[in-house]
Amino acid sequence: MSGKPRLTYLNGRGRMESIRWLLAAAGVEFEEVYLETKEQYDKLIKDGFLLFQQVPLVEIDGMKMVQTRAIMSYIAGKYNLHGKDLKERALIDMYVEGISDLMQMILMFPFSPPDAKEKNLESIKERATNRYFPVFEKVLKQHGQDFLVGNKFSWADVQLIEAILAVEEKVPAVLSGFPQLQVFKTKMSNMPTIKKFLQPGSPRKPPPDAHYVETVLKIFKK
Amino acid sequence: MAGKPKLHYTKGRGKMESIRWLLAAAGVEFEEEFIETKEDLEKLRNDGVLLFQQVPMVEIDGMKMVQTRAILSYIAAKYNLYGKDLKERGTTDLMGMIMYLPFQPADTKEKNLALIIERATTRYFPVYEKALKDHGQDYLVGNKLSWADVHLLEAILMAEECKPDVLSGFPLLQAFKGRISNIPTIKKFLQPGSQRKPPTDDKFVAVVRKIFNI
Repeated sequence: MSGKPRLTYLNGRGRMESIRWLLAAAGVEFEEVYLETKEQYDKLIKDGFLLFQQVPLVEIDGMKMVQTRAIMSYIAGKYNLHGKDLKERALIDMYVEGISDLMQMILMFPFSPPDAKEKNLESIKERATNRYFPVFEKVLKQHGQDFLVGNKFSWADVQLIEAILAVEEKVPAVLSGFPQLQVFKTKMSNMPTIKKFLQPGSPRKPPPDAHYVETVLKIFKK
Repeated sequence: MAGKPKLHYTKGRGKMESIRWLLAAAGVEFEEEFIETKEDLEKLRNDGVLLFQQVPMVEIDGMKMVQTRAILSYIAAKYNLYGKDLKERGTTDLMGMIMYLPFQPADTKEKNLALIIERATTRYFPVYEKALKDHGQDYLVGNKLSWADVHLLEAILMAEECKPDVLSGFPLLQAFKGRISNIPTIKKFLQPGSQRKPPTDDKFVAVVRKIFNI
């Protein structure tokens, strides 16, 4: 019995990737169980492991946690990545929720019908450059600190670096108008736990490909 | 000067309704400024008070908070209605589905309504019925009123608006509904004249489409 958190999900990013990022950033080792067939998934449901019949599932501290945000909120609280008081927490929550909206667009992108792909890619680029990145560029410029909230590394920083890299995979020059974010990206990437996560062989998953999309549809289609 | 929280939204349920419920349940009086035209929304955006150019926005404790879940989490923690948020999240998913129902094209409405009822009766309500059965207590979490109870009652009432007998297989949820509805702050919110908003009708849908360009 290892005592490490155990993650159950597909062998791909999806909704579990942000959880992997957060655990890794916190320096927490974890195990993973990969869903590869519908039968495996149905068995999990039948065995009563999934509170709302959905994954992600994270077994941690004796709990079988589901619901991505609930899981991340728990991890952030446990590893002191959720601010020092209620107001800092509120700020972190606002930033994380906003970035989540952008990440949701990226999450759904591989499942867009072929004729909508170009439009959806354009939307991701537009939202990143006009709505989300300007906010964080401004936050960093105004306080001149390394981290988004409270001059201390938090969940918000982890979520932002993940989002920056995910958008850059689709829109390589997306940070060209954001000098503060460029510096932020470099600083975060060089933090020891994150640097380790960014190296080959880490639990970080590659961008979704056709095989991943196929597996998702196979396992979750009713 | 602290003042009451001030809510900025359209004059309907949408994403702000859960926030109204929680403030009301906590016994907190609040003010509302309604967005009635596209120009009202543009003004808020131009004034730089909407972090991501979106509403809900709630002015509270010197902050201009946005993002519904962040706002709910802050209010719940501030007024000791937190509990654990695991069970409350599931209700949030269900509520999200109900909220968007009026905005679906006519041909998908039937299908979406069926999906909502199916999810409610096979995925979400059984979990809460079982939780109440397992611990035999009046509240979902920690034997104390929390955010989860308020959210569940809101979800139950919205589901009943879609299908009046949706609770027919859930005796404990029926009892729960009765109990929580009788809590003084909530009872007050359920009475006519409160800040609770009515179900979304076609007229409101048209207003929202115009303001938000959707």
